[in-house]
Parts: sequence; structure tokens; C-alpha cells
Amino acid sequence: MTQPAPQRRRRRAFDWSTAAIAAAALGAAATVYWRDGRDHFLEILGSDLTLFAEMLPKVLAGCLIGTFVTLLLPRELVARWVGHESGFAGLLIAAFFGFFLPGGPITIYPVAGAFLVMGADAGAVVAFIVSWTLIGYTRALVWELPFFGSEFVLWRIAEALPLPIIAGLLARMVVRAGLMRGAGPP
Amino acid sequence: MIIAINILLWAVVAALAFFAAMRGRILLNDGLREGAIEFIRLLPRIGIGVVGSGFIAEVLPRELIGPWLGPESGFMGVFLAMLGGALTPGGPVVGFSIGAAALKSGAGAPQVIAYSTAWALYAIHRLVVWEVPLMPAHIVWLRAAVSLPLPFIAAAIAMLAGRP
Repeated sequence: MTQPAPQRRRRRAFDWSTAAIAAAALGAAATVYWRDGRDHFLEILGSDLTLFAEMLPKVLAGCLIGTFVTLLLPRELVARWVGHESGFAGLLIAAFFGFFLPGGPITIYPVAGAFLVMGADAGAVVAFIVSWTLIGYTRALVWELPFFGSEFVLWRIAEALPLPIIAGLLARMVVRAGLMRGAGPP
Repeated sequence: MIIAINILLWAVVAALAFFAAMRGRILLNDGLREGAIEFIRLLPRIGIGVVGSGFIAEVLPRELIGPWLGPESGFMGVFLAMLGGALTPGGPVVGFSIGAAALKSGAGAPQVIAYSTAWALYAIHRLVVWEVPLMPAHIVWLRAAVSLPLPFIAAAIAMLAGRP
């Protein structure tokens, strides 16, 4: 258990998504420059760069918190914890770890798979994935804040808090009603 | 507000760095180095997205965004936004850039929340590249099925709670 989880969050600094946005941004910037003039162009550039610069300390803090939590908290321990808990508390704990565990899809889905192996039900796994998707703090800090600013993001997350639990309860209902298969051997 | 968030975040960083240091110098150095590398890798993508979304917002036709996705567009706007979110291809830089550009050019907050919630839950790219190979298939479909009402619920809560 003392062995830290392997670091597998390798991301390229540039990819096709970024290239597409960069192309759209260049086109839009050129349009603004040509249509509205240099002053308006500089005004937009200035306000966006200010927003970006204001958020940088938070993005750096988000990256550091993410790596430290990854190094300090053995994922096997989390999986065992979630796997052994059931009922409503199980959903709450799964949702909490979805919020708390840092990392991208390459680290999160294997953890969710481990929950199943350790005995968690489908509802808990669904609550965990939805929670990571919608209220995970690393994603909000690193990605969402620079784009939307603190106020919007805090609001959006506060309003999303019940969603992982709702999803988990729905998943249990669907499985119990026999509409879809839950956890257990394939 | 912004300063309070910064202080809180850096207090958490300091506490985690302290725990890491207690477990050994190497762990502390690893954490700091990995975190910094991650940050530097992300910078260009976030920078392009944030600055780009400002310009994209400026050229989006406001007279179209307003009626279709504006605060007055109601649940029809939420539905359109949700559809757009689920169908947006690409990684986070695309989803967040489009959402931010729409918000800046007159889309309503509940509509933008529906868009980013749907995008986060269904991002085709992530579903196909990561979730399907790494999870049992029946769990993926279960997750996708029960996620359907979530963008609507998120938008409804946002409408009731008022504009952020």
C-alpha cells in the first residue's frame, strides 16, 4: 500500500481538438480585426488575457493538488472502501470520491472498474463516474475556471451536487426493475 | 472572492505538500515536478481556448443565439443546447470554448449549463476512446441511459436558482 499509484496521466500539449479551436479562433480574430478595427480587437484580446492570467494560479494549484492526491492516496484503498459500502451511504461515498479523486479518463475508469471488482453495485459506480464528470474539482479548477470565471463555475457545481446521487438512484431503480443489467458476472 | 479561493487552494496545496514531505523528500519532489509538468502541458491548450472563445463569441450571430439559446428560450433552448453538447466532438478545449463563447454572445446560463452537462456526460470521444474499452459494456450503457435526464435537471435547478 505504500507504493504510490503509477503516474499515467501523460497528456500532449497539443492535439487535434486544440488545432480545430486554434483555427476557429484565428478566423474569428481576423474577422474581428477586419470588421471592427484594431481597437476592438485589442480590447477583446486584453480582457481574455486578463481572465486567463487571473486563473493561472488556480490552474497551477489544481495541477499540484491533483498530483499530490494521486501520490498520497492509494486507489486500492478507495476501491475497497467504496466496494464494501452499500445503501444510500454507498452512493454518497462513491459521489464523494468522484469529486475528490483527481485525474483524467485513463485513471478514473480503471478505478471505477476496481469498485465493481471490490463488490460495489452499479448504482455506486454510476454515481462515481457522474460525480467525477460533473463536480470533480480538478476538472473544474484546471479547465472550467479559466473559461467561465469563478462565479459561474461555483454556481454550476453547487447546482450539480445532487446529480450524481440522482443518477445512482436511477441506476439502482433501472437494475431492480430488470430493465438493464447491473454489477455482477457478465 | 477570487482571493479567498486562491488562499484556500494554496492552503490545500501546502497541506498536501506537508503530508508528502512527511513521507519523504522524494515524494514531495515527485509531486511538485509532476504537477508543474502537467501545468506547463495544459497551458497552451487552455490559453488558446480562453482567448479563442472571446473572439469566437464576438463573431457568433447574436440575433440567432438570443432567440434559440438565450435566457428566454426556455426548455426548447435547453433541449437544443443538450443536443449540441452531446454531439460536440473533441476534447475539453472544444467543449469549454464553445460553451464560453455561447455564454459571452448571449446564451442563457441554464442553456449553457445544459450544454456543458450534456457534453461532459456524453462526450462521444471520451465514451468511445476511454469508457467503452475500460469498463464493462453493460455498465457503460446503464450510465449513459440514466444520465439522460441530468442535463434537464441541471438546467431546471439553474432556472429556479436564478442566473449565476
